[in-house]
Amino acid sequence: MGARVITVTSGKGGVGKTTTTANLGVALAANEQRVACIDADIGLRNLDVVMGLENRIVYDIVDVVEGRARLRQALIRDKRLPELCLLPAAQTRDKSAISPSEMVQLVNDMRNDFDFILIDSPAGIEQGFKNAVAPADEVIIVTTPEVSAVRDADRIIGLVEAEEKGPARLIINRLRPAMVQRGDMLSREDVLDILAIDLIGIVPDDEAIIVSTNRGTPAAMHNHSPAGTAYRQIARRILGEDVPLLTPEPQTGLMARFSRWLRGE
Amino acid sequence: MGFLDRLLGRAEPSSRDIAKERLQLVLTTDRTNISPALLEQMKDDLINTLSQHVEIDRTGIELSVSQGRGYHRVVADIPVLRAREVPPPKPPRRTRRTTTSEE
Ligand SMILES: Nc1ncnc2c1ncn2[C@@H]1O[C@H](COP(=O)(O)OP(=O)(O)O)[C@@H](O)[C@H]1O
Ligand SMILES: [Mg+2]
Repeated sequence: MGARVITVTSGKGGVGKTTTTANLGVALAANEQRVACIDADIGLRNLDVVMGLENRIVYDIVDVVEGRARLRQALIRDKRLPELCLLPAAQTRDKSAISPSEMVQLVNDMRNDFDFILIDSPAGIEQGFKNAVAPADEVIIVTTPEVSAVRDADRIIGLVEAEEKGPARLIINRLRPAMVQRGDMLSREDVLDILAIDLIGIVPDDEAIIVSTNRGTPAAMHNHSPAGTAYRQIARRILGEDVPLLTPEPQTGLMARFSRWLRGE
Repeated sequence: MGFLDRLLGRAEPSSRDIAKERLQLVLTTDRTNISPALLEQMKDDLINTLSQHVEIDRTGIELSVSQGRGYHRVVADIPVLRAREVPPPKPPRRTRRTTTSEE
């Protein structure tokens, strides 16, 4: 059968592609799937630190493509989740070090050893994006509920269709239900009205993402954070389970209100 | 909007509504390559053409681009007051054509 290859992309930087790739990798591996995460952001390596595997890098993706290392030597196996692997980006090269056809070849060589290959795309619409999308069977687009991110997502949807990789599915990241409720943030419905594509998940804005990134243990490894839970649900949807997609509600408990008040919201 | 504004009925559109409207406008340009300026130009041209035949209520004109994935449509809503009673001045193109056919 071979792996399903899913590219996570966005157009705009900083919306949560790397966070999403790491957490979906963890969540899929926790469901007994053999997962490889590929960092395609050559020159701006980041997936390694978000996954907490930065100290174990010996070879990178460019070493493999240029024949200095074999795939097996470059892949880092996550000791916490033995079904999870990372193929790190090169840090001292740039996007032109790999071509789209080399990416396709590399990924094809990996297909038989994994159930899922997740590719973390760089921002932008140039070569790095093209490298990341070329081997994809499916594309997930990450956006935040902000004007600039949604606009860029719209552009990417068009490009993904032009590459015949569509229809892409959408993750709305960093949603703040209380802000939506008081009319200060685009809602799920607003974003979907505008982009007109399938939604596969909503991830709330959650401090747990920052804390877990500090530690190098993706939020989906723990059971309690709202964002981690959202990512685990997205993973189950990817696996074909019918998990209802609820819009996060503002927390209305006294403590939640108090802490919002403290934050000046 | 704060509590006091709401109490006094000073309803302003929310930033959420503004964001949505701005996005819809800017994406029309992004997707179709029809800028607001081009739309204005098309509006003027339409008015000029139609005014030769009918009187138009210029204030009521609405021209917009609607789109789905894969198609675009320019939608014009132009209120007509009445047909012109006197025949419109002959457009130059037709005059020229007549001359040609006489030759
Ligand atoms: N759901 C979330 N809640 C809070 N912070 C988030 C969330 N998702 C991403 N972030 C933060 O946003 C920043 C950018 O995320 P990242 O995944 O690196 O984006 P990208 O890969 O698209 O550039 C990071 O600091 C990350 O911790
Ligand atoms: Mg990134």
